[in-house]
Amino acid sequence: MSERLPVLKTYKLYLGGAFPRTESGRSQVVESAGQPVAHLCRASRKDFRNAVVAARKALSGWSARSAYNRGQILYRMAEMLEGKATEFVQALAATVPGGEERARREVEAAVDRLVSFAGWADKYAQVLGCQNPVEGPYHNFSLPEPTGVVTIVAPDEPALLGLIGQLAPVLCSGNVAVVLGSEAHPLATAILGEVCATSDVPAGVVNLLTGFREELLEQFAAHRDVDAISAAGVSAEERRTLELGAAENLKRVHVLEVAAAEDWFEEARFASPELIESFVEIKTLWHPSAS
Amino acid sequence: MSSSSTTWDYAPAPESAPAEIAEAYGLFIDGEFIEALDGGSMDSIEPGTGQLLTRFAVAGQADVDAAVAAATRAQPAWAALPARERGKYLYRIARRLQERAREFAILETRDGGKPIKESRDVDIPEAAKHFFYYAGWADKLDYAFPGRRAQPVGVCAQIIPWNFPLLMAAWKLAPALACGNTVVLKPAETTPLTALRLAEVCQEVGLPQGVVNVLTGAGETGAALAAHPGVQKLAFTGSTEVGKKLAEGVAGSGKRLTLELGGKSPHIICEDASLDQAVEGIVQGIFFNQGHVCCAGSRLLVQESVQDEVVEKLAWRMQQIRVGDPLDKNTDLGAINSAGQLETIQRYLALGQEEGATLHESGQFGTLPEGGYYQRPCYFENVQPAHSIAREEIFGPVLSVMSFRTPEEAIQRANDTPYGLAAGIWTDKGSKMFELASRVRAGVVWCNTYNRFDASSPFGGYQQSGFGREGGRHGLKPYLKLTSWGAEG
Amino acid sequence: MLRRTVDRVAADARAASFRTRSIKKDAKLQGLRLVVSMTDLTTLEGKDSPGKVRGLCRKAVDPAPGIEGVPSVAAVCVYPNHVALAKQAVAGSGVQVASVATAFPSGQAPLDLRLEEVRRVVADGTDEVDMVISRGALLAGRTQQVAEEIRATKEACGSAHLKVILETGELETYDLVRRASDLAMEAGADFIKTSTGKVAPAATMGVTLVMLEAIRDHHRATGVRIGMKPAGGIKSAKEALHYLVMVKETLGDAWLSPSLFRFGASSLLNDVLIQLRRLDTGVYAAHYDVSKE
Repeated sequence: MSERLPVLKTYKLYLGGAFPRTESGRSQVVESAGQPVAHLCRASRKDFRNAVVAARKALSGWSARSAYNRGQILYRMAEMLEGKATEFVQALAATVPGGEERARREVEAAVDRLVSFAGWADKYAQVLGCQNPVEGPYHNFSLPEPTGVVTIVAPDEPALLGLIGQLAPVLCSGNVAVVLGSEAHPLATAILGEVCATSDVPAGVVNLLTGFREELLEQFAAHRDVDAISAAGVSAEERRTLELGAAENLKRVHVLEVAAAEDWFEEARFASPELIESFVEIKTLWHPSAS
Repeated sequence: MSSSSTTWDYAPAPESAPAEIAEAYGLFIDGEFIEALDGGSMDSIEPGTGQLLTRFAVAGQADVDAAVAAATRAQPAWAALPARERGKYLYRIARRLQERAREFAILETRDGGKPIKESRDVDIPEAAKHFFYYAGWADKLDYAFPGRRAQPVGVCAQIIPWNFPLLMAAWKLAPALACGNTVVLKPAETTPLTALRLAEVCQEVGLPQGVVNVLTGAGETGAALAAHPGVQKLAFTGSTEVGKKLAEGVAGSGKRLTLELGGKSPHIICEDASLDQAVEGIVQGIFFNQGHVCCAGSRLLVQESVQDEVVEKLAWRMQQIRVGDPLDKNTDLGAINSAGQLETIQRYLALGQEEGATLHESGQFGTLPEGGYYQRPCYFENVQPAHSIAREEIFGPVLSVMSFRTPEEAIQRANDTPYGLAAGIWTDKGSKMFELASRVRAGVVWCNTYNRFDASSPFGGYQQSGFGREGGRHGLKPYLKLTSWGAEG
Repeated sequence: MLRRTVDRVAADARAASFRTRSIKKDAKLQGLRLVVSMTDLTTLEGKDSPGKVRGLCRKAVDPAPGIEGVPSVAAVCVYPNHVALAKQAVAGSGVQVASVATAFPSGQAPLDLRLEEVRRVVADGTDEVDMVISRGALLAGRTQQVAEEIRATKEACGSAHLKVILETGELETYDLVRRASDLAMEAGADFIKTSTGKVAPAATMGVTLVMLEAIRDHHRATGVRIGMKPAGGIKSAKEALHYLVMVKETLGDAWLSPSLFRFGASSLLNDVLIQLRRLDTGVYAAHYDVSKE
């Protein structure tokens, strides 16, 4: 009996709610122990541009949803991720050292991180906003509003937890995201599109690219229709590229300095509303008070 | 019936109290006033008269090095003071500002050209209030951001503009000092006087040497300060153009940055608004401080059904605006801050007309000293959203009048700008107010009022109006290193 | 006409801004004289006697013997019982006689009695009638009734000028003050007036500003100039000057005349005269230098 030849899945990009191939036609092969395990798209600058267009289009609808609804959708993502846990464990274990045990721990932490931010969706405004006791007959309060289109440069490791750790706070506060996933371990990013697509996440709210920083980072920084950048695991030179590109239209840049991949598991730091705070704008309203 | 004359008018009422101004001023470094190391200096011109007011030192690289070194030396001890004691220094500063308010008001008006009634009633009392407000935060920082431990950032470089010289110094210094940072402050080159007088107050209250340093000079001084590797945090208020350059300059340096930049703020008047009060709001919005206000309501959007009435009322109201000697207590619109700024404003007045808009100059001249820089209050009609005067910040008493038909159109026009600092909304209907307020992209939204400020109220922009907030609890964040309790700092 | 609303906080802020005007020297002298000429010197007490009214009229005609350039006041304002006497006492001086009527201050009498009162004071020779509106009807939303009563009163006045007292202290909101001002002007008022002086708060700068703005809009719509009379509560010369500033900057110089602006006051005149005496002599006056009567 001949050994069955496995069917290798070809992963595509997740962009505007669909799974297109990269317009460049380029792909990369993910190998594990010298064997090919998957084909992945190598996103181009044009894919990125398309992703920003999709994200911008989705922004007003997503930010206008009730906080409760956004929370429910994030929770749904957690449910779907949990359901696909085995697939993610295998995907991570295929390329990340530490085997399935470490991978399972990461997937579970990623699910929990989503649950945490699902809960933050209808609470962060109460923590980050406030009423201000101004002098005179005025009612005055400050509220957070989403910054807008956020590009996320995820760390190489932990490939899934790092990405979710950056994505969840951005989404829960009504922003939309274009993500460049882990370059070294891109498989989890590719599968995550399937989670989004089956979790009631509206098209364009999350856009996932797999590809090379060297090709895309400058564009991530410079694109004028991007409002903010979240970056983690970037080198000093990459950070400079991002901040320099951002200066031109004054994008908000938030770089997470994380010493070790293990640190991403720390909930005190990474389930904190501080991560949300970097991607909201504080709006202060004044109104007179009198009859 | 005895009928009196109908031309009753106000006599000149110049502020007559003396305020001492020296012939020349040095830099304030490490608690002492000293000459610039290379001996450079600049003239400070009084905009009300166009005459020389005083001379001040221009800080060069060596002076910047000395100031940053002094701030660096002072910082650990300042941060190590019991927080309550740090707060008490700020309370003392607030008190001294209140006690010397009249002197500060006169200096501010002579140095910058703003009407004495504004420096007296707004700038100086608000500056004192800001110190008072943040003084109280000094020992409460661990309560400001739940779950996070608050530590100072270090040495802060703060570069401030010429439109509210003392008030902007207070906005910058008070939160920075309360959080345990030390500061090198650079006031604008046309308005250095009150920052230097504030340095004197720092001496008076016994503030430890080096905690506050003041470097006068122009753009080069600011650039050298911003670029100094000993600076951990840069805070800037000024133009978007300079803000972008500073952002480029600090890219990759690890320095923290907050920017409070320009604006072209929309002022929306709905047909159901209280129109007479809305007109007051428009006037406050654009003619306060000669329109030298980053959040000035410079784009008026009036619902078409009341446009004629609003413009007519506005035109009448503008005729009451008295342009003249900034020191006259009855002056509403003082001198333009500098010859250069007057030129900029006049260039826009010409440009607006070339583009096809109709210019109306209004107001009345009161006592008008010769040689000063004066500009009547103006508004443009027949303005298209694409016109330069509808898109670019003029920073003068110039209003662009446009219209809208539906709330949807109002929002679309209001948000048609790269800026996002402030917005005004006038409507008597609560639900419409909240809808417009939540959809306009701006950091401060004044509903049925305009240009109100308070130490407890966060201020700052969306988009290219900058990032970070000043005032209130949110104003602490740029000056703190926040780490999670339980996480490694 | 569109119903106009008033934002109270902004209106009060604007009213307060007039207080920051600094009125010195000549402007002060001219202003104070103007205030005298605009004063409706008033006595509306149960204990008013012919003697008191005569004294009031004497003062109205020549408020400050010995100080140069002080004009007569605009009018004396009295109860109906004293109209004939007052008319006689000011005869030939140019000072007008104003009478409150329509069951002042409450207006709580049948309309026919109120109108009869108006006809009587007109017959006695009053030049001006200060009526009160039915605040109860207005607060209950019966604006039509209020308008009709004003119309009827205007008719009863004949050629006498009609001042309509809104009693703003009872209307409470600026929105209602504005609505009452509009309907009074539409119904034929020559002047609108804040208060009877019997209810607190009486005139304030905020409420007066709201009424001035209503007058401005009425003029804009019809071309007709309606007069304004804040009454009660204005006690100091400085405050009166601030009112003049407000009139000047809200309605313009045309309204800086007794034919279009009046102060309803009893004690204000004394403070104005003390200030005028100081400007005249350079010395602050003693409390007994100006007769309180």
